[in-house]
Amino acid sequence: MSMLSFERKYRVRGGTLFGGDLFDFWVGPFYVGFFGITTLFFVLSGTALILFGAAMGPTWNVWQINIAPPDLSYGLRFAPMMEGGLWQLITVCALGSFVSWALREVEICRKLGMGLHVPAAFSMAILAYFSLQVVRPVLMGAWGHAFPYGIYSHLDWVSNTAYQYLHFHYNPWHMIAVTFFFATVLALSMHGGLVLSATNPGKGKTVKTPEHEDTFFRDLIGYSVGTLGIHRLGLFLALAGVWFGIVCIVVSGPFWTGAWPEWWSWWLNMPIWRT
Amino acid sequence: MAQYQNLFTSVQPVGPLHDGIELPRGNARRLGKPFLVHLLGRIGNAQIGPVYLGTLGLASLIFGIAAFNIIGFNMLASVDWNPIQFIRQLFWLALEPPAPAYGLSIPPLQQGGWWLITGFMLTTSILLWWARTYRRARQLGLGTHVAWAYAAAIWLFLVCGFFRPVMMGSWSEAVPFGIFPHLDWTSAISLRYGNLFYNPFHALSIVFLYGSVLLFAMHGATILAVTRYGGEREIEQIVDRGTASERAGLFWRWTMGFNATMESIHRWAWWFAVLCPLVGGVGILLTGTVVDNWYLWSVKHHVVPAYPLGSPVVLDPALMGVKP
Repeated sequence: MSMLSFERKYRVRGGTLFGGDLFDFWVGPFYVGFFGITTLFFVLSGTALILFGAAMGPTWNVWQINIAPPDLSYGLRFAPMMEGGLWQLITVCALGSFVSWALREVEICRKLGMGLHVPAAFSMAILAYFSLQVVRPVLMGAWGHAFPYGIYSHLDWVSNTAYQYLHFHYNPWHMIAVTFFFATVLALSMHGGLVLSATNPGKGKTVKTPEHEDTFFRDLIGYSVGTLGIHRLGLFLALAGVWFGIVCIVVSGPFWTGAWPEWWSWWLNMPIWRT
Repeated sequence: MAQYQNLFTSVQPVGPLHDGIELPRGNARRLGKPFLVHLLGRIGNAQIGPVYLGTLGLASLIFGIAAFNIIGFNMLASVDWNPIQFIRQLFWLALEPPAPAYGLSIPPLQQGGWWLITGFMLTTSILLWWARTYRRARQLGLGTHVAWAYAAAIWLFLVCGFFRPVMMGSWSEAVPFGIFPHLDWTSAISLRYGNLFYNPFHALSIVFLYGSVLLFAMHGATILAVTRYGGEREIEQIVDRGTASERAGLFWRWTMGFNATMESIHRWAWWFAVLCPLVGGVGILLTGTVVDNWYLWSVKHHVVPAYPLGSPVVLDPALMGVKP
């Protein structure tokens, strides 16, 4: 069936957070659990609402389907279904399914006797979504400040929002976030490459050891963070990138309404430069 | 049910430090006496050094330092050699490429000549460092995966600073050296060519950028979560699957119905990281050379609607023969 050769002995009872043994079962490869049921409910509802919105909209062109948040004039109130109400319901479904998914991961971690690092990391992504769609719009007083659901429409939102602050690259937290994002990709390529290079040294050659891995990076740059450290470093870089991404957008609007290049004038005007 | 979540190393065993795997004949000697830094040991290895310099490393450093210094001194000259203004305006200062009028010719030093020299120095330094990366792997009997991943980044670097300017027939198209100036360049190229967000290769590149962040968060977190079963000993787990691999795999199988293996997750990682600059470079290379306006290109291919602007059809000035 859909079980791996070694899987049966791991499929044990328990570890659930809610619902006891009632939902403690698998369907195919998927673990269900109470939060699997809630995930399914929110995902199906949200997807149905998106399809409904698409059907009511002007196009079935997948690139152009767009479900926009309410107009700014609605403020933080509920909007009529076709004027942003759909967007509001879809947002609720999205958050419901994300949180359900994270809690389901917690149950799986407990079942497998693993640490909770994955659901903890996923929570940072949920926080980013929550900040963009709820925190910032609430701080700015209108759901209309959130991004729309659509492939190109959300890109337009990013572009328009960024140019409202003249040049978003000058946002210092955006600079930090991008730096962490690029650093994550760099570290990922080095980690992936290093492990592959040790386990695939070429035809007929013996697989190498972590001592070879450490020696390679010490020879190259004088330091190797090690097999344990690289996973801490990678997780940190990724989460730090997302965190500063959250900061950079939440400050834009609620706490800074000018042009980002102007923000730097505090540095140019510091009294220490006067001589 | 409090349980230990592996975040930091709490006990650091200290043994004799060693230089690393023995180098084959013909190699230089490693430099520096290794030493320990306790705080580093909280996260990863505490040992710093030794380092292998060698001819390639030395040559790469010389060219790199030369490039760095030329940039710095040009910036210093641009504030009339005032060190205070140099610090004050550092983020705004630039070593700019030649003006469009120079095309691909060699301009006077002050008009972009220094930029051209710096580009040459930096490229040489980077290529030498690539050779070093390749050679260090080979000398230790490792595969060359890291070097080829690095080559993908070099591709993007060369597209931005060399291939595209050459195809456009002007050095002025290249990226300036400087913090804010290179950000201005990114913004300018996007605006000039109809918003880079409508460039599908740019979109793909971002998918791989975010995908890499997602993958490293997933992978890093998964391995940390199974460190109590020795999950960080990945090579061992690859050649002889243990309970750490099995639990890590089952976690994702039960979560999303699919799992990588201890080896294949590193192939996913490598490809995601490599494809980010690879397709990004393709997107930049096509910008201005093949496609002049990504928005109009996207309208033509029905991926975006033509926005009714309430005004006559807007013509791209470049299509009317206007030269920058």
